[in-house]
Amino acid sequence: MDFQATIDADGRIEPRDAMPDGYRKTLIRQIAQHAHSEIIGMQPEGNWISRAPSLRRKAILMAKVQDEAGHGLYLYAAAETLGVDRADLLDLLHSGRQKYSSIFNYPTLTWADIGAIGWLVDGAAIVNQVPLCRCSYGPYARAMVRVCKEESFHQRQGFEILYTLCNGTPEQKAMAQDALDRWWWPSLMMFGPPDTASTHSEQSMAWGIKRHSNDELRQRFVDMTVPQADVLGLRVPDDGLVYEDGHYRFTEPDYTELYDVVKGNGPCNQQRLAHRVKAHEDGAWVREAAAAYAAKKEARAA
Amino acid sequence: MIEPLWEVFVRSRRGLSHTHVGSLHAPDATMALRNARDVYTRRQEGVSIWVVRAADITASSPDEKDEFFDPAGDKVYRHPTFYQVPEGVEHL
Repeated sequence: MDFQATIDADGRIEPRDAMPDGYRKTLIRQIAQHAHSEIIGMQPEGNWISRAPSLRRKAILMAKVQDEAGHGLYLYAAAETLGVDRADLLDLLHSGRQKYSSIFNYPTLTWADIGAIGWLVDGAAIVNQVPLCRCSYGPYARAMVRVCKEESFHQRQGFEILYTLCNGTPEQKAMAQDALDRWWWPSLMMFGPPDTASTHSEQSMAWGIKRHSNDELRQRFVDMTVPQADVLGLRVPDDGLVYEDGHYRFTEPDYTELYDVVKGNGPCNQQRLAHRVKAHEDGAWVREAAAAYAAKKEARAA
Repeated sequence: MIEPLWEVFVRSRRGLSHTHVGSLHAPDATMALRNARDVYTRRQEGVSIWVVRAADITASSPDEKDEFFDPAGDKVYRHPTFYQVPEGVEHL
């Protein structure tokens, strides 16, 4: 069966199948960007591991950050099945030629931000990622199945952090509200530009890479999240929010901010990338030592 | 220096076969096993792991899959449904 027939029959494309150049390029770009996001996404949370308020919270946060590393690795492995090398993808990230999700260019100022990231950022990621489990490219879809299974723990632990704060002192509740105020709009931007301005959407839908439009997914996220904010007793910072015909009508985020952060002008762009590059360079001796040891053992066995 | 690529297979529980779960980079087999444990079995997904150098795998070619698998195409008599069973015959 040729490529288009497989797509039309909602079948899966596998690594060594013939595929259009554009399909391969689009997937490499998207999967790499997704992998980079997981890896950079470790930073805002890693920032709080040493300051988590209890041993329980610290253990949970370490497990979560380790999961993000794992997600990055599943995704780099999926990208490599398309004929690229992970080392080259890392170079593209480190030199700024490939992007990662803009959401990680915002700082985590308080402990409540760790709750907000789990609840909102991972919540938005789940809404984006669940349809990717049915993506037409087999290795990407399979990686997403693993990722989605693990994300639901991430979202619940975030909600639990906020729920605990919201049932604590007035100061703790105010801290939770402040986190929601700052993370709400960037979370809405995670679904990308509005459908009218989305450059890659149409082709990606035709190829079965994308299953729903940005605006559809954004609406799904808002409908899911607003009632959860009510349970927390927090106010979503949108005066235009009304419930109508089974959906919450909401104010669109300011997309000029999204474009600006994508361009590199967010609060933490430089810090995130510099930290990533330094971590990679600082780890070089470990990779070299492991390779030298492997070579020595191989030489002895020969 | 590029670390070799390893394909990872995990037996999720006793009684089941090892199944391919993904791949990873590691300098040698021992490290590949350890990395595979951390990357693919953080939630007790496995009781046994195999790692195989991706370069050591010989695979059938997708371009030739029609010719390659053709010989099985016209041998319907290999399936039990090919045979007529007279009415009333049981346990056959």
